[in-house]
This record gives sequence, structure tokens and C-alpha cells, in this order.
Amino acid sequence: MSKTSSTQQDFALQAPGDSGSKINQHGLRGPHIPVEKFESSADKSDKTNPNVGHLYTKNLVKSYHKGKIEIPVLRGVDFTADEGRITSIIGQSGSGKSTLLHLMATLDAPDSGEIYFENNRIDNISSRARDKMRNRDFGMIFQFYHLLPEFSTLENVLTPLMISNGMWKYWSQRKKFRQRAEDLLKLVGLGHRLNHRSKELSGGEMQRVAIARALIADPKILLADEPTGNLDRKNGDEILDILRKLNRENNLTIVMVTHDNSIAEQADSVVRLCEGKVQTA
Amino acid sequence: MYKLVLCLRYLRTRYIALASIISVMLGVATMIVVNSVMSGFSHEMHTRLHGIMSDIVMESHGMNGFRHWEEHIKNVKEVIGDDIESITATVHVPAMLSINVRGQWLPRHVTLVGIDPDTYAKVSDFSKYLKHPENRSAVSFDLKENGYEAPTESPLFSAGWNHRREKAAYEKELRAQMKRFQVFEETGRYPNEIIISNQPTPVAPPQQPNPLRTVNHEEEVPIIPPHANDADAPPLPGAVPAELLINQEESPYDVANKGADRFSAARGTLKTKIYDPMHDQATGIILGIAIGSVRQRNAEGIVKDYFMVLPGDDVKLSFPTSSSPPQIASDTFTVVDFYESKMSEYDGAFAFIPLDRLQQLRGMIDPTEGTAVSTIQIKLKEGADLQAVVNKMRATFPPEVFPYRIQSWKDLQGPLLAAVEMEKTILNILLFLIIGVAGFGILATFYMIVVEKTKDIGILKSLGASGSGVMSIFLWYGFSLGIVGSGVGMIMGLLFVVNINRIAGVIEWITGKEVFDPTIYYFREIPTIISPVSIAWIVAGAMFIAVLASVLPALRAARLHPVEALRYE
Repeated sequence: MSKTSSTQQDFALQAPGDSGSKINQHGLRGPHIPVEKFESSADKSDKTNPNVGHLYTKNLVKSYHKGKIEIPVLRGVDFTADEGRITSIIGQSGSGKSTLLHLMATLDAPDSGEIYFENNRIDNISSRARDKMRNRDFGMIFQFYHLLPEFSTLENVLTPLMISNGMWKYWSQRKKFRQRAEDLLKLVGLGHRLNHRSKELSGGEMQRVAIARALIADPKILLADEPTGNLDRKNGDEILDILRKLNRENNLTIVMVTHDNSIAEQADSVVRLCEGKVQTA
Repeated sequence: MYKLVLCLRYLRTRYIALASIISVMLGVATMIVVNSVMSGFSHEMHTRLHGIMSDIVMESHGMNGFRHWEEHIKNVKEVIGDDIESITATVHVPAMLSINVRGQWLPRHVTLVGIDPDTYAKVSDFSKYLKHPENRSAVSFDLKENGYEAPTESPLFSAGWNHRREKAAYEKELRAQMKRFQVFEETGRYPNEIIISNQPTPVAPPQQPNPLRTVNHEEEVPIIPPHANDADAPPLPGAVPAELLINQEESPYDVANKGADRFSAARGTLKTKIYDPMHDQATGIILGIAIGSVRQRNAEGIVKDYFMVLPGDDVKLSFPTSSSPPQIASDTFTVVDFYESKMSEYDGAFAFIPLDRLQQLRGMIDPTEGTAVSTIQIKLKEGADLQAVVNKMRATFPPEVFPYRIQSWKDLQGPLLAAVEMEKTILNILLFLIIGVAGFGILATFYMIVVEKTKDIGILKSLGASGSGVMSIFLWYGFSLGIVGSGVGMIMGLLFVVNINRIAGVIEWITGKEVFDPTIYYFREIPTIISPVSIAWIVAGAMFIAVLASVLPALRAARLHPVEALRYE
């Protein structure tokens, strides 16, 4: 995991608009930040909090309403995703693993409990700040790929940059962005399908595009919701290989939700959810 | 950035939305067409309504008119002199016109206007509409030899003195025949010779007949007024005191030949003059073309004018005198020209004769008080404020003191102009409602698109798009659909307007029915005016409606919960 390996030409993940220093501090390209250093910064902001990690939750509670019936989904989940590691969440259907992921991705708000990202509480921040976080700090991958059908492969990958940049800014940097998107697509092995519509791609290809899209904004953490759930074994393994490679070479923190034990066990750590609670191994 | 790209992409791929915008497009096109045609119509009507009218009309309430009109004119000039282009006095009186068509007398109700040809031509466009080119430069009540402007096959083309002489010769021949027949009835045999004297009349150039007294050719006896010997009798209509005739070049009275009654004992008997239609004309009269003709479609479906009277024919007029109670005065006039303002209301309403002749006939000439007129007409200079001038004049002649009605031509045609305006407003409202209905179509379609795009909206939100950003996608989408719809509608509408007469022709050819009937409108083709301002308003209104219709779906899109949106595949 040397610096040289991550600065390969075909994997230039540096955010286009940003200076390199910020990236080096948090994320993908820089060397692994020692835990001690991380702890010290955590101490500054929240001394009473013993949890450390890139992303962690405290006593998350969430329930859904179906008519008048309240269905509890999460009943106090404490979860930690360590920086630079692959953490998988495993559980049966209805165990609340997807809900947990959505809450961490700030797509939904918990009934009670707290979510911290880099030791900043993120469950109660403004919607504008949440939108920004989803755009810059989180990369999302879904079971059903969720590509925009109107867009070509390349445009789908560029979507987060289109969202974060205004028209003028995007236009002035479009060549750089495009180059970056092409590099990412080459990385996931789709360098030859830049201008295809998502309809013309196979499931595995679509998921690769989704990964490239998740990576384009240079996120600090990748949240994957059953990334292999809709794929055959071979394609699923290839996707997992890409994810592992990203983690290994770029020190990318990955949280992966799955119901497949064999996949979950390939992760650095496994969190088991059962009926809305974390099962101690 | 994504908003624009997505909205353009949706525009290209969602044909259903384009279908929903067609109604907006048609609405815009229809509005443009209707507005252009209505403006064209109302402009044409304005010019035509204004056509033979002056800008401001000051008329007396009574039929007898007012005296001291010269002073009034002086007053008017003092008050609004700077705005006056020209000014004239006229007499208006309702009259019955009788036209002899093949032995039948056809009555026509007209408004008889006594005009001073020189000044009246300057206050209105009256002279422009005359059929004889010479009359257009200088209006005259003399019958022209020929040269009336008309298609060669039209009888108007060969009207004039030629027509008059031919007709006179024919009638003379007819009378001779009748006489012969009469003799045959009385004696049982035809006379060898025609009894009526048929001496060749010397061919003299047409000359102005004595305007005061023309005697019908059949009666060669001077008319002696029935109460001529009665000292207490009121002045007779049309009887003109000799003092007023001093300026006449030739006195109509034969001073040497003293008569028996009081008048002729003083002034001599009236000179008798035989009115010979071969080379005499009565006082000239200019008729509206619709008074003397009928515009009809012939068997081949071609619109043609059928003339009942032509320049050169004599007509009779009866009208009330200015005495109280009014008597009927009547006289013979020779039609010298037609005017065609293409405004059927005017073309069928007005007949013009010389002012002095009408004043005489109506007894509006008073030896001590001067002449009377019923109307003062004013033409304003270009750019003068019509209403302001009217107001000033009303202040000068307050209705409490002066029994005059002071009106601009717009006031006079107020109901008609207001009706056209009203029609235009109502049509605009109705058509805009159509675009409004189209707006609901857009709303429904957009709602469907938002539902269809639920997942995409969830994806965008999970990638960090804000609610307002997602909302603006759909607002932009509505806006761009509005641009497309109203733009195409505008082009369609303009193309339609430019080619409207050709389109009318095609529809006519297909249906066999005339779309725009010139017998009704007196327009040869459909008039149009394209007003950029109104087009801008229409387009802006349509776009506003398109955006407005996309607000609700856009709001729904903005409020979609990303987790809900992403949950279902």
C-alpha cells in the first residue's frame, strides 16, 4: 500500500478541484492515518465518546409505520466502520441492515440515536449539509445499480460532478472531468463502453459503472448495499475484487451490506444484525 | 449542470410530453392568427370608418342647423388653431332617393350631405374613394365624359356623358314610339311622321345648367308658386330672393317680360330653359356605390357589381326643408360619380351634393342672417391629441349654451369600435383558456413523468442532489417545453397569417364554400396585422402557463423521500 502504487496513471482519484493535501489527510491516496492520531482528534471534539472509527453510530433506533402499526427496524444499533477497512453488515431480510446503511448515508433520519462521521454528528445536520456529504464524502452502490437510463455510461459516472459543480464550473473543467471518468471506467474494466446506454449493459457492467460513479467525487467512504445481490457468482466475485483492490490500494473505507455469509466473511470485520440489534459474534 | 442536461435529455426522450405541449402550440398559433386577423380587421375598419369622416364633427342637434357658422369657425380656430389641418361646414339631412330602374322607382334612404367640394376633400379621405380619377384630385359635381375606374366589362367603365346621351336618345325614341301608338289608338292608323319634333339639336359641349331652376323637358311652362299672389304667405321652400342671386352671372329672370303676379311683376318672369338630357345635367350628386349597385355572385360564382344607376343617370331626391313644420322638398339630380370606401355602412348611406344647392333647396339661406349649416367638420394635424382637442372644443362651446354635439369620429363610431375591441378581448380570453386547459394536460403528463422517474429522483438525491435541484429539473423541463411549444406555435401561427389568403383559397377549393365572402365584407382579401408586442405577450403567457403547470409535479419530485424512491425496483 505504498504511495507509488496509488498514484498510477490509470487510477488518478484525486478530486479535480481540490488540493492534494486534503485528500492525503483523509482518504484515498494518502498513507494510512495512524489510529493514535485519529484518537487524538476524536478526543478534542468528544472526550466522553470511547468509539473510534471513520463512521460510527450510537444506539440507533428506527421504526417504520405501516398504517397505524409501528414496525421497529432498528432497536439501538451501535456500529463502527473503521477507517481503511472493509466492514460488512450481514443479516436476514428484514433485519434492518439496509435501513442502517441508509441512515448512515443520511438518506433517512433515525428516530433516536446518533451517527458520527469523522467525529462530527451527522444525523441532525441541515439537509443542505447532508446533500453535500452524500455528494462528496459518501459513495453509494446499490443492489439494483440505479443508473440513470437517459445517460450514457460516461454521463452516469459524471453525475455526482454535475451535481456538485455549477454549469460554468463544470463546463470549464469538463475535459478534466471526462478524463477522470474515463480513467475510472478503465479501472473497473469498462474502458470500451463509454457511450453505451445503461440498457445496453449487462448487470455486472452496470454495477461497475455504479462503482465508478461512486468513486468519481473521491469519497471518503464507500457504502454498498448488496453490491453482488443481483449478480451471478462470477460477476459478483469480480465486483468484490474491485472493491478489495480499492480498499487495499487506496485505503478506502468500505461498508458493505450483504445477506451472503461467504461474501461477508471476505471483509475485514463482520457485523451481524438480527431483528434490529447487533449480534455479538 | 445536471439539471440542464437531464432536462434536455428528457425533452429528447419523452415524446408524451411533446404531445402534451401540442395543445399549447395550437393555442399559441390560434391566438396569433386570431389576433393578427382581428387587428387587421380593426385597422382596416378604423381607416374605413375614418375614411369619409373628418376627425371632429360639431353638429347641431336640430335639423335646421345653425347660423353664424363662420364665427364659430373663427372661434374654433382661435382655440385649437395649432392643431387644425383644415375645416369645412356641411349640411346633413336624411333624404329619400328615388332611382328609376326600367320604369320602376326604387326608393333608397340616404343621408344627404351638402358639401363644399374644395374644403370637404381636405377634411376627409372622401375624394380618395371616388371612382373618377379627375375627381380624386379635385372633386367636381360635373358629369365626366367617361373614364370611370372600373373593370372593362363593368357598365361603370363606359358610364358618363356617353351613357347619358345614349340613354336620352333611347328615351326620346321611346317617347316618339309611344306618341305614334297613341295616335294609332286615337285615329286607328299610325302617323306617317313622328309627331314629336325631332329636329337635330346642336351638339354643344356639356355645360353647367342653370343651377337655380331647371324645368322638366315635358313641362315647358314656368312653375308659378301657388300662393305667389298672397302677401301674407310664408316664404316658400327653395324660393330664393333675388338679392342673393346678384352674384349669379346670369339672372334667371327675364326682366323685360313682366308677369302678372307679384314676383314676376317685380323681377320679370323666369326665363324658361328646356332641360335636355342630351347636353344638360341637373345638379351633380355623388352616391355611395352600394346605394346604386348590388354586389352579387353570378351563376359562375364570380362576385360582380350590378348597377341600378350609373353616372349620367338622373335620380330624384326628397328631403325635409328647414321650415317648421318641415315640408318636403324634392329635385332631380344627375349622378356624376360613385365613392367606394369599402365600408358597406358608408357606401350604402351617404349621398353628396353641393352645399349651396342644398342650402337653397332647404331654405337655409336667410337674406338677413346669412346661411345655415348643420355641421362643422375639422381635420386635425398629424399627431394631434384627438380627445384633448375635443375636450377643448367642448369647453369652448359648453352644452349649456350651445345646442351642439361635438364628437370625434371615434365617438361617432364608438359602439362599432367598442364591439370589435370587445370581440377581440373575449376571443383572447377564450383562447387563453384553451392554453390554460393545455396547462392541465402538461400537469398530468408531468405528474406521470415524475412518478415514472421516482427511482431516478431517488438516485439523484442519494448522489447529493438537493430537493430544490430536483425541483428545478422539472421546472426547467416545463419551461423548455413551453419554449418549444410556444416557439413552434409562434412559427405556425406566423406562417398561417402570412399565407392566410392562400389557405382560405385552398379551403374554398376543398369545401366549395367561400371562407371570406367579399359581398359581406367589401374586402378583397383577409386583412392581417402582425403585432410583435401581442405575440410577445402570447408567447410569454404560454410559457408562464407551462412553468406553472410543472410546479406541482416538481414539488412532488422535490419532496420524494430518497429511501422510498429507491426501495422498489
